[in-house]
This record gives sequence, structure tokens and C-alpha cells, in this order.
Amino acid sequence: MSTTPTGTETGTSRRNFLKAAGLSGAAFALGFSSVDSFASPVLNLSGQPGMALPESVELNPYILIEKSGRIVLMNPRPEIGQGTYQSIPALIAEELEVSLDNVTIRQTGGETKYGGMWSQAVGGSGSVRGGYMQMRKVGASAREMLRQAASQQWAVPIGECIAENATIVHKPSGKKLTYGQLAEVAAKLPVPKEPALKDPKQFSMLGKPMPRPDVPLKVAGQATFGIDAKVPGMVYASIERCPVLGSKLVSFDASKSLKVKGVQKAVKVERVVGKNRYEGVAIIADNYWAALQGRKALSVTWDHNNFDTFNSADFENKLRDLAKTDGVQGHNTGDFDKSFADAPNKVEALYETPMVSHSTMEPMNALAHYKPDGKVELWVSSQGGDLVRGDVAKVLNVKPDDITVHILFNGGGFGRRITQDFATEAATLSKTIGKPVKVVWTREDDTQLGPFRPMTFSAMRGALSADGKAIALQHKVISPSIDATMNEKYDKTKADDTMLEGTGDQKYEIPNLNTRYVHADMHVPLTYWRSVTSSTLAFSHECFIDEMAHKAGQDPLAFRMSMLTKDSDAKRVLTKLKEVSGWDNPLPEGKGRGIAQWEFFAGLAGQVVEVSKNKTGGIKVDKVYCVIDLGTVVNPDNVKAQMEGSIAMALTAATKDAITFEKGQAVQKNFDANRMLRINEMPTVEVHILAEGGPTIKGVGEPGLPPLAPALANAIFAATGKRIRRMPFDLEKV
Amino acid sequence: MALVKLTINNQPHTIDVDPEMPLLWAIRDVVGLTGTKFGCGVAQCGACTVHLDGAPIRSCSYPASAAAGHKITTIEGLSKNADHPVQKAWIEHQVPQCGYCQSGQIMSAVALLKQNPKPSDEDIDTAMQGNICRCGTYERIRKAIHSASTEMASAPKMPKSTPKIGKL
Ligand code: FES
Ligand code: FES
Repeated sequence: MSTTPTGTETGTSRRNFLKAAGLSGAAFALGFSSVDSFASPVLNLSGQPGMALPESVELNPYILIEKSGRIVLMNPRPEIGQGTYQSIPALIAEELEVSLDNVTIRQTGGETKYGGMWSQAVGGSGSVRGGYMQMRKVGASAREMLRQAASQQWAVPIGECIAENATIVHKPSGKKLTYGQLAEVAAKLPVPKEPALKDPKQFSMLGKPMPRPDVPLKVAGQATFGIDAKVPGMVYASIERCPVLGSKLVSFDASKSLKVKGVQKAVKVERVVGKNRYEGVAIIADNYWAALQGRKALSVTWDHNNFDTFNSADFENKLRDLAKTDGVQGHNTGDFDKSFADAPNKVEALYETPMVSHSTMEPMNALAHYKPDGKVELWVSSQGGDLVRGDVAKVLNVKPDDITVHILFNGGGFGRRITQDFATEAATLSKTIGKPVKVVWTREDDTQLGPFRPMTFSAMRGALSADGKAIALQHKVISPSIDATMNEKYDKTKADDTMLEGTGDQKYEIPNLNTRYVHADMHVPLTYWRSVTSSTLAFSHECFIDEMAHKAGQDPLAFRMSMLTKDSDAKRVLTKLKEVSGWDNPLPEGKGRGIAQWEFFAGLAGQVVEVSKNKTGGIKVDKVYCVIDLGTVVNPDNVKAQMEGSIAMALTAATKDAITFEKGQAVQKNFDANRMLRINEMPTVEVHILAEGGPTIKGVGEPGLPPLAPALANAIFAATGKRIRRMPFDLEKV
Repeated sequence: MALVKLTINNQPHTIDVDPEMPLLWAIRDVVGLTGTKFGCGVAQCGACTVHLDGAPIRSCSYPASAAAGHKITTIEGLSKNADHPVQKAWIEHQVPQCGYCQSGQIMSAVALLKQNPKPSDEDIDTAMQGNICRCGTYERIRKAIHSASTEMASAPKMPKSTPKIGKL
């Protein structure tokens, strides 16, 4: 494994490109460079490692054109299943006038020329939202430079030079030059400041259902995931970390481990998760199985430091007690206290949701090599090359420029791979042992060690006027905090915006709306989980709106519409849902339908769930109608896939297993106790996309998730009269 | 340690391993075929599914030594150009999201269709229940299995399009 960077240093012209394309921190380069200066062979996501690439011209950091005409597009957004391996290159390719069938896609690895932190990370459903104009400009400016180059070469007006299919054509004469023939000249031209963008009516791929270039690789078993990475001289490791989070390593005895064939050594290693540091013992071996066997033979003494008294039942009681306190104010309109006190009709309820695991199908892992010269190279499934670089630099005290990161296909992310503990731990271990090492977590490690999605409890209070109008609503969230468990500095006097996510943002016109936050200290590390706190708060909020509707004696959809008198995206979503779900058609006895919508930082979607009572007294989820509001859509088939996936994940979180603690450790270890939705439990999903243009593009990866649990619980109420106020709930025992 | 003779995708391999080493790790770490995935290690998720004489097994829970003398097929050996009807149907329906579970899903689906060329939805649910997809591609898996079933029932014909593997 070697990379041969050939120097593409930052110069003035690069900075100009940046300004031109509106990119901060990215760069523009002239001259020749090898694609391999960005990507060592193993990074090659197309599954054919080891091939040296010929010289190429870098038209800008994202577009490299070889003399042979081959075009390489650099994708800054890791592919975690959400489709950025297609959607981001498509934004460039559309304007560049090349087909994705004829390009090579490579993944960037956190290099500073692509921008600052988060420019190469995925999270917050932000890749397409953030890149829609930026990536199109990248493609358009390169296209304009290529047209300019052709017009100079032919001495004809640029207006007569048309870009199509990786070629510039001189329309009057029919002369043609390929991008490969023009690239060298084009790269020396000034970068257009505001390149003309295509009229969306002329789009050949954006907005149309397009196949994903990663699909054939994944179907052939040829897609390289982080766990598949290999380098010569590599050893394997499995690490024993205490499942009682917070414990200190006292001592260990590896004498039996060292007798296992293939085991080389046992060393201490530290895992850093935000402000938390956990020690573990790594067993280094020739192969992973030997490492696992060595780990089983290890004996470790831990000091639990009282953390082994922590359990979920007590913590939940603490949250219930805290629910009686006021907390700090988040959003406020009107005067909740007064309007609630004076109201003729009131509703109050406490909703409870649990911690859950991310459980990506590919367990956490990382291959790291800390080299004798102090440089570090990593091969990882991660949600951000820049995040890996940043954290490895911090934890190992290495200069970011001395760190090379290869981002491979992620076997799922869901927010877990935003935290880079698995990468920094592997890098630390490699430094200790002086060899490239691949650390693979067992499923048990992955399930038990966090960070987890936080639990939230919600104390809800609502008031109705005598004629059944919602006049006051209070949503008080009682929970531990992601920020507090991860960062040293946490201000308890301020409402935690992340933990109140979306509660003040719904478009319902309720004159007195108050949100409050009560913080509960917890030592278990927490992090973002697909749709973050909306994944739990939408449940309490939208179920409670249903409770208010029933108190008012109104149809739940009509009640919501009555609070949406002004024009809004939410109103359009509910109107569409009503139409496509046939909301007004009565259902037979034993069936029910429920509705919910949720608007938050990532976007907006609404769902209608249909359920039926089965013969054993349980509930079957028959169908989910999903309407997502996007404004602009890039790949409708992928949006549909993301809705299907969000619904499956939300259904798992709502109806399967929580992560619960006893004696300081997570009770659930593997998929037997931490069950995932299976194929026989998947409902039919019907997706409708609202893409009617408009100035804002909304996200895709997350908004399909929050409405499912409340719509399902509301449907169960409609079918059975039973109100569910706690997740998870067992569909067989409703 | 012991010498174990394995036949994987019609290739003989003699490997020197702990006879208890699960077939999964022999295939991935020793033979070097990484298309077969590790998901749980305890026969709960199906990510590691391979064929032993055509029947699906969970290679994470199957000792390598017990596979000696049998014909092992992994995703890499299913077809030369990823053009098995099941793989083609997977592309047609754009099944994979992250893709990590899909080698296992495909191996289970191929085994199902071999045994039951015209499965109903219930048959599919029963046969595929052991394969978790955390990305939730289940509806597309169902559709793709029906498509592959139809394709395999019709007279053999030239593939409509050969999916491209790799862009180099
Ligand atoms: S890894 Fe074998 S069934 Fe999960
Ligand atoms: S496609 Fe990601 S787990 Fe199935």
C-alpha cells in the first residue's frame, strides 16, 4: 500500500475558484496530478484496487480529467446507504454534461482543500440540501472553462460551442473535442465567477429516478466497506472494554490469552468518546478469530467506582420526579400559565421514550497505521473524513496534514459514525504496537458500549376553548442531554435546543405555546441518532395533539387542519395525506388509522398508518402512507428508499427493544435481545414526494422517521381505544 | 492448528487454522474474500450467509473444519459478471442502501428460489426472516425475489444488460 502524492499545492488561482464556486476553504489547482494523490488504491470504492492511474488534469478539486478522457469526480459526502455516492456526483455531472455511467467516483478523505469541518461529513440530512447549488456550480464552472478552451482553439464564438456528453461540439461545423483533449488548456483559464447554471427543465438526471452506481458493486459483493480494508503487515485486534461504563482498569492477566495460537500480545488502550475516556485491553493477533479467543481467555479487574449501581428503573423514576419541576424555558408565545388556568377543558399526560442503539449492520471498526515518521493513515467506515482527521489529530496530538483518511462504504451510519471513537482508538493502538491494526468490534461491543440515542420524557399539558379550539400547549422535556454527556462545558441554565428539537417549530397556530427543558444528569454517553430528538419528541407531541383532538370531539386530521389556517408546507403535506390515504373513507371494524406530521431542522414529512387487530389480540401494521415535502428532489427513487428505510427504523424503535441498564451495563447484547424489524413485519409503504420548487430544499435522510411512531400509536387508539404513552410498545400485547 | 481443505467458488484452498475457527473468518481473513459479512457472530442476522452444497448456512456459526469436503459458494462465486437473475433483479429494483446485509440477503434468496421457484409473499417472509436489513430494504427484496422468480421461469435468454462492475 503506498500513495504517491504529487503535489497540488494551494495557490491564488485556487482561492479564486473557491470564491467563484462559493466554496469556503476548498481549492482550485492547475497542472497534472495523479488521482492517487487523493486516494490510495484501497480507497477505490469501485472495487478494483491496486490499479495505478495515469496522469490527469485537475479542473477543480472535484473534477479530474485524464488525457485519455476518463473523468473522475470526487465525492465529499460519505456513502452510508443514503445515496450520496449517486446524488452528489450527479449534481456535478448534470452541469458538466457527463453521464454517471462514464465517470469514476472517488471519495474525499477530509483534505482541507475541500473545506472546513463538516464539509465532508454526512449528518442532519444535509448533503443534498447543502450541496445543491455548490456542487452544480462546481460542474458548471468546469464546463464553461472547457467551452472557453474549445472556442479559443477553434477561434469561434463561445456561443457556438456546446457541451454534451463529455465533448464540446462546434455546432455550425460539427467539429468536436473531447474533455480529455481540452482539459489541459481549460485548466489554465480563469475560473468563471458566476457560471450559468442549467434551466431545471433541461436536466437529464436531476429530478428523475436514477440508478445508483454503488448498487452493482453491492450486489456483487465487491463494494469495499471499512471492515474489508487490508494493508500488508496488518494485525487484528479485539478489545475488552468494561460494559459497566465509567469503570477504571485496575489490572489484567493475559497469560492464558497469550497461549492462544495466533495471539501476539495484549496491551492497554484508551477509547475517547467526547469528554469520556474508557480504558480497555486489546488482544493483538494474526487473525480476528484468534483475537476473539484470546479476549475470552483474558482476565481483567475493573474498579466500577459505583457505576455498577446505575439502572434504568431508578433513572426513569428520577425523570418522573424531575417532571414535577419547572425547568428552563425554551420557546414561548402568549401566556401559557394563564390561558391554561382559565381554560374550560384541559388535557395532561406524561410520555416516556427509551434509549436505543444505532446498530448499524456493519459493527464499528477501523484500520489504522501510525507510521514511524509520525504520520497516520486510516481506512474507515465513517460519516466524515474531516471528522476522523479532526479527532485523530486531537486525541493523538498529530498535525491534521499528517493524517490520511480513506473513507470506505459505510455499512450504515444513522448518526453513530459521527463519533470517531472507533477510529481514534485504533490509531492509538497502532501507535502503541507499531503496526497497522484492524480493530473490529463484536456485535456485543457495538450494542452495549454506546453512545446511545437519549431517552426523553415529555410532560404535556394542553387546553381547549369551550368550542374545541386548541388555545394552549406546553411541552416540557425531561431528559439527559447529548451535549452534556459529550462536552466538558454544559450550561444547565439554558434550555438545551437539541433536546427540545422541533417542539416549538410546528406550524399549528396555538396562541399560547410554551416549551421547557429539565436536565437530568447521566454518565452514559449519548449521541445523534437518525432524526435526533425528533425521533422521540414527535411521538409525545403528535400523540398529545391527538389526545387534544379527541378531547375536543374532533377528527384528528380535521383538528390539525383547523390549526393550520395560514398557507404552510405542513398544511400542504396534510392536505396531500388526506387525499392519498383516503382518510375520509370509513374503515371496517377492527381497523384504524392514525396521522402525524413533524417539521424540524432536517425537513418535513407526514404519515398515515393503517392497522388492524389480529386474531391473537395483537396489532398488525398494514400500510403506511408517507408524504415528504422537499421543494426540490434530486433522485425520487432514492427518496422513496429513504422513506421505506426510515419507516422500518422507526417501527423498530417504537415496537422492539430499548437499551436498558442493570448493574451499570446495557442488558441487551446482540440481536436476540435487541431485536430489529424483520421482513415479515415490514408494512407496505406508499410514498408521495412534494417537489413543487421553491427557495428551500429540505432533507431526505431523516424526516421520514419522526411521524411513524405517533401515527402508529394514534392508529392503535383509533382501532382499540387504547392510548399508548410509552415506547417501545409490543404490538402483540397492546 | 490444522490443515483444512476448503473448496470455495470451485477453487481449492488449503488453510492452516484452528479447526474451530468459524467458516466466516476463514473466508474473510484467511482466504481473503470479503463479500461475506460479519454482523452478529451468533446466527441472528444472516449477513454471513453462504451456500454449503447449495443450501444456505450462517458461516459465523459453522466451523471451517466442518465445511471441508463440501462445495462452498460465496457471493463472489454466484456468477461471473454479477448477472445471476437474483443479482439482476436486485439491480432492477435498486434494493441495496448501505448494502452491508445484501450479500447475505442475495445468498438466502438464491437458495429460496432453488427450492421454491415460485414463492408467495408468505414463503418469502418465512425464508428471509433470518436476514436483518437495518436499512429497511425489505419491500424491495420481496419485489426483487418475485421478479427473479419470473425471470428464471421464462426461457433462458440473453441478459438485457450486463451490470457494470467497477469503473476503472
Ligand atoms: S454474522 Fe452470522 S448470522 Fe449474523
Ligand atoms: S442495506 Fe443496509 S443493512 Fe441492508
